[in-house]
Amino acid sequence: MSLLKDGNKIAGAFAYDREKGSFKVFRCKAVIIATGGLGKIYKISSNSWDCTGGGISIAYHAGAELLDMEFVQFHPTGMVWPPSVRGLLITEGVRGEGGVLRNSNGKRFMFDDIPENYRNQTSTNEEEGWRYTQGDKNAKRPPELLTRDHVARCIRREIKEGRGSPHGGVFLDIAWIKEKIPNAADHIKRKLPSMYHQFKELAGVDITKEPMEVGPTTHYLMGGIRVDADTQMTNVSGLFAAGECAAGLHGANRLGGNSLSDLLVFGKCAGESAAKYAKETPLGKIDDSEIKESAREALSPFERESSVDKENPYEIQHQLQEMMQDLVGIVRVESELSEALQKIEQFKLRAAKAACGGNRGYNPGWHTAIELKHMLTVAEAITLAAIERKESRGGHFRDDFPDKSEELGGMNISVAKAEGGKMIRKRIPKVKMRDDLQQIIEENK
Amino acid sequence: MKVTFKIWRSNSTGGQLQEYQTEIGEGMVVLDAVHQIQAEQANDLAVRWNCKAGKCGSCSAEINGMPKLMCMTRMEDVPKDKPVTIQPMKAFPVIKDLVTDVSVNYRVKKRIKKFKPRQPDAPDGTWRMAQSDIDRVQEFRKCIECFLCQNVCHVLREHDLHEKFAGPRHMVYTAALEMHPLDVEDRREDLKKQEGIGFCNITKCCTTVCPEKITITDNAIIPLKERVADRFYDPLMKLFSIFTKKNSL
Repeated sequence: MSLLKDGNKIAGAFAYDREKGSFKVFRCKAVIIATGGLGKIYKISSNSWDCTGGGISIAYHAGAELLDMEFVQFHPTGMVWPPSVRGLLITEGVRGEGGVLRNSNGKRFMFDDIPENYRNQTSTNEEEGWRYTQGDKNAKRPPELLTRDHVARCIRREIKEGRGSPHGGVFLDIAWIKEKIPNAADHIKRKLPSMYHQFKELAGVDITKEPMEVGPTTHYLMGGIRVDADTQMTNVSGLFAAGECAAGLHGANRLGGNSLSDLLVFGKCAGESAAKYAKETPLGKIDDSEIKESAREALSPFERESSVDKENPYEIQHQLQEMMQDLVGIVRVESELSEALQKIEQFKLRAAKAACGGNRGYNPGWHTAIELKHMLTVAEAITLAAIERKESRGGHFRDDFPDKSEELGGMNISVAKAEGGKMIRKRIPKVKMRDDLQQIIEENK
Repeated sequence: MKVTFKIWRSNSTGGQLQEYQTEIGEGMVVLDAVHQIQAEQANDLAVRWNCKAGKCGSCSAEINGMPKLMCMTRMEDVPKDKPVTIQPMKAFPVIKDLVTDVSVNYRVKKRIKKFKPRQPDAPDGTWRMAQSDIDRVQEFRKCIECFLCQNVCHVLREHDLHEKFAGPRHMVYTAALEMHPLDVEDRREDLKKQEGIGFCNITKCCTTVCPEKITITDNAIIPLKERVADRFYDPLMKLFSIFTKKNSL
């Protein structure tokens, strides 16, 4: 629930046991945050229910700097129907195997909007796009396989302009490949077994015969806790982070498959450097009053249960998710972002009244009340950073600033907790890349 | 439409079924209804879940007495004219409400001998397998460890013999290893003694409840029973062993 510090150094962690509800204090020299992302602060998300940004928020409240929080990736293809699985991921593999996106008029709308910088890598006709998916190395890729942010925005546009599917998505069609290959149904089942199963069981749709309905879904946070690239240590001594909750590796937009390599490589780095740090560092002192304060805060939702103006934590959570989806989503604009900031302040006041009944053992109402603080912290960080980045880049798109800005391209936006507890943002010049690494990028251009 | 649910709520002395009413909309599954009740009426109602897509095996429960995944049970398939009963899995101790402690399964799995491949077939350390040999074990790999088969198995459910009989899930796991074309380990003695394969009397309840539709009894347990019978009860082998004094029982 929180980190315990001795000066600017990690001295331990304060936690609760989900099943029993008891508190635990870990005395330690180093802590590695590996808590993943924050998809659950949005209404439509591919993430697990526990991706509430808890680890990122805990690090922030312990003084760690957050970086690139405006860069949230919306995956273009999530399920939209039935409601129980809205947001559930549909693999890029469907498009990789030849799946195409169509609007309600049956049009492959992705051909209409190919960004300038990808034009020479993208096919301009359906035939060439098909050959690419079948492994023809001389063919250019179909526009359905453009970057995730771009495809997600195109889908959103089709839906907003009234060319969507019955349940508010667009159509992703793999069944059409039967025009191209014999035994297409068997081929699809063999190549995409879990997708076939997922749609058959959950939506009653046979993807070898009918198109799927898909829409964008919150998928990944490129930003997160700022860490040193070599040691994975944050600006708080003894605090490390690895994986999705750490910032930096994926820049403004992650490419498919890179998250797995990220956590394997940098998880190992974090473990090694945390072990090395722990060996070289004496154990810090934990202030008892800090533990008492953490425990008091954690238990406060129970005390508010009898209060007259108590709030239902689930209701606040649902409304926060709707608000983030509407105002800090795929396409952003200054006025809506400012509105979101104000709403977050109101949510904070309400979260302070969140109450729960029952006892401490396996109590989801209590867990939700505790998580609200973290969800609001990361929501504010995203919104603040999104306001600061007055340009469009990677996963961050501003309708009021649709182009890239050269100046901001050289900047990262950081968010940190100032004296007095206020969240402040600042621009920091991007660290220059090592020459040998820069050279590799140039060679691959 | 409003639907009545009777959900198991635990308390200090055990627990009871509690009635809730909630609005059911188009496309909802049982887990959605439970979540709605949790959000609106019973904040502390404990339920374990994760993927909502029948892939993580967390939300196992008994819906109107049938072991099912709550996320894969559509409300349109549940009779709504009488209350829908939701109870935790009976074969495992309840932690709270619908959440059970399934850790016994992890302990049992640990004692099964691990995968042991034969020497590589090629100098580069790789193997060659026939697709048909791999297809045979593919089915077993679909298991999501929801433990509904363990829950319905009368040996575990009625007789509580978790320590004597490994149960259908672990028979599937053992079958995946035993029938793997590269595996050279012999688990037949363990199956007979430690895992208690003889306790299974082929009622096929496990196959009926498997959400991944694994043919547990016919494809996993019976072939394993045959291997055990071959190894320990073949009269010719027994005769042979008397003379060779090897493999003595």
